[in-house]
Amino acid sequence: MSTDTLKQPAAPSSLRLVMTLAIAGLVSGVAIIGIYESTLPTITANKARELREAVFKVLPGVSRMQALVYRDGRIVAVPEPQKDEPVVYGGYDEQSDFVGYAMPAAGPGFQDTIALLYGYLPGKKQVVGMEILESRETPGLGDKIYKDAEFVAEFSALSIEPEIVAVKKGTSTQPNHVDAITGATISAKAVVRIINETHAAWAEQLPAPGSEPPLTGEPADNGTGQ
Amino acid sequence: MDNLPWIFVSALLVNNFVLTYFLGLCPFLGVSNSLATSARLGLATTFVMLVTAVCAWVLNTYVLIHAPYLRLICFIVVIASTVQFIEMLIKKLSPALFRAMGIFLPLITTNCAILGLAIFATNRGYGFVEGIVYALGAGIGFTLAMVLLAGLREESELSNIPKLIQGTAMNLIIAGVLSMAFMGFAGLFSSS
Amino acid sequence: MKKNESYEEFVKGIWRDNPVFVQVLGMCPMLAVTNSAINAIAMGMASMFVLVGSSFLVSLFRHVIPKQVRISCFIIIIATFVTIADYTLLALVPAVHKELGAFIPLIVANCLILGRQEAFASRYPTRLAVMDALGMAGGFMLALFSLGAVREILGDGALFGFRLFGENFEPWIVMILPPGGFLTLGVILLFFNWFKYKKDEFLADVAEAERSGS
Repeated sequence: MSTDTLKQPAAPSSLRLVMTLAIAGLVSGVAIIGIYESTLPTITANKARELREAVFKVLPGVSRMQALVYRDGRIVAVPEPQKDEPVVYGGYDEQSDFVGYAMPAAGPGFQDTIALLYGYLPGKKQVVGMEILESRETPGLGDKIYKDAEFVAEFSALSIEPEIVAVKKGTSTQPNHVDAITGATISAKAVVRIINETHAAWAEQLPAPGSEPPLTGEPADNGTGQ
Repeated sequence: MDNLPWIFVSALLVNNFVLTYFLGLCPFLGVSNSLATSARLGLATTFVMLVTAVCAWVLNTYVLIHAPYLRLICFIVVIASTVQFIEMLIKKLSPALFRAMGIFLPLITTNCAILGLAIFATNRGYGFVEGIVYALGAGIGFTLAMVLLAGLREESELSNIPKLIQGTAMNLIIAGVLSMAFMGFAGLFSSS
Repeated sequence: MKKNESYEEFVKGIWRDNPVFVQVLGMCPMLAVTNSAINAIAMGMASMFVLVGSSFLVSLFRHVIPKQVRISCFIIIIATFVTIADYTLLALVPAVHKELGAFIPLIVANCLILGRQEAFASRYPTRLAVMDALGMAGGFMLALFSLGAVREILGDGALFGFRLFGENFEPWIVMILPPGGFLTLGVILLFFNWFKYKKDEFLADVAEAERSGS
């Protein structure tokens, strides 16, 4: 520190050291809380909009939604699911009639965890849409699970019973068959496996078709997904 | 949804901290000129990562749910002070252990791999056990990458390499080849 | 004179002391996000905001902060700016934030930023400190951009998302994967080495000629 001759030569007291740190911490805390409070509404709105768009995309014909969780042996609608609580989204049409579930699912892919959302019609036992929310699959190969429109379209009317099977491209014959992607078989199979596993995990918990919880809450805040 | 073997192998090989996330590059390139030093630094890093995972879990569970915006500052301050405290403790209790890895501890605290571990574990929503397993995988993976590079560098000192490419440029290219080799581990858990 | 001095501080960071290519600093957060030019620029902007902001404050309070706790104070200041950058990006451009993900908080661990506070901002007046920070951040951004551009052009056949080549171009996918980051930086450093080597050779030649001439 020879370049700085302006600093006090005497060692400052401990009190001064503690005070400096405390003041720095305080000012920093105030600044952080300020930015947090001022950006929070935008961030929450962005997230809610993203979720809503994804749900409407995987469930055609849906214009309202609510979060559903499994509590005390049955599926109930909640305004705000707890952290770490498994949640599905119920999709409802204009007349507030139940259409289907949008199910979040995640599991290991080729490179890292794949997180996705798929639309499920319990009456027809069909998957009607699939949207990848997060993945780090290989660009140009594995990322076809969301960039390849043909592959995504495979999930638009797919029978989920007894389970979805990924087959070699061009050999799909059954309603529960998915054409895998040439060059990205592992990623395609991972998507199928994630959906199958999630379906199996929820199968017992979802109510019988026809007895889904009705849409609750005011129409005004139905769309927010909260 | 993630299970423990997947978390471990993912952090160890498929998503190796150094070779796919580029975390902890400074010690990776700076210290990796001798095998013995690299192994010891790797050991010390694994240890600090375990401590970090515990700290991050405690902070996430008890403090940060009330104040998520303080995450970054809390992580830095708490991890740095915990490591410093442990360093003093080791110095008192086991001078031999301190000589083996103590000198590295202050260096490691400022390593981005440590902060990265805390942030990744939080983003992935890992619980206590998952966090520990993740830290273990990441630490051993870091050690592995360090030791591999150090071995290659020790070898390369015996060969006649153009002066121009010696140093960081060559180390980066070696690291690139290593990273390419590690890409072969992708898909370990999904090709069922 | 004064003006020249601050200009000098600005320029040295961009070329002569370029933090990445010459000092090989701050690589941790940068290699991971340079798989496309736009990500590289976003990361560069965030780092610039943090570096300039903290240099300004550190330089402003350089007589107030006691030496013994200076590092802690620097880290608090840097972490505050990083948190601000993180939330601002999340609110304004959520798509970019999603791409950069966990690497924004990791700006804190960028040795370049703490290094500048310790080596420069805490010792020089505010104006010079800000110029130095701008130069260093500019050099950092230049480095990020060159890496990102090279990797995106080779790995995806595009720049900023615009296709540069015809349909027949087969992208070198490995360039946008992690190994590409190491390889690109390695080759660029090699180029800088060569440049320096040639310059030294030239200067030696000039000195030789002068000696024999006199």
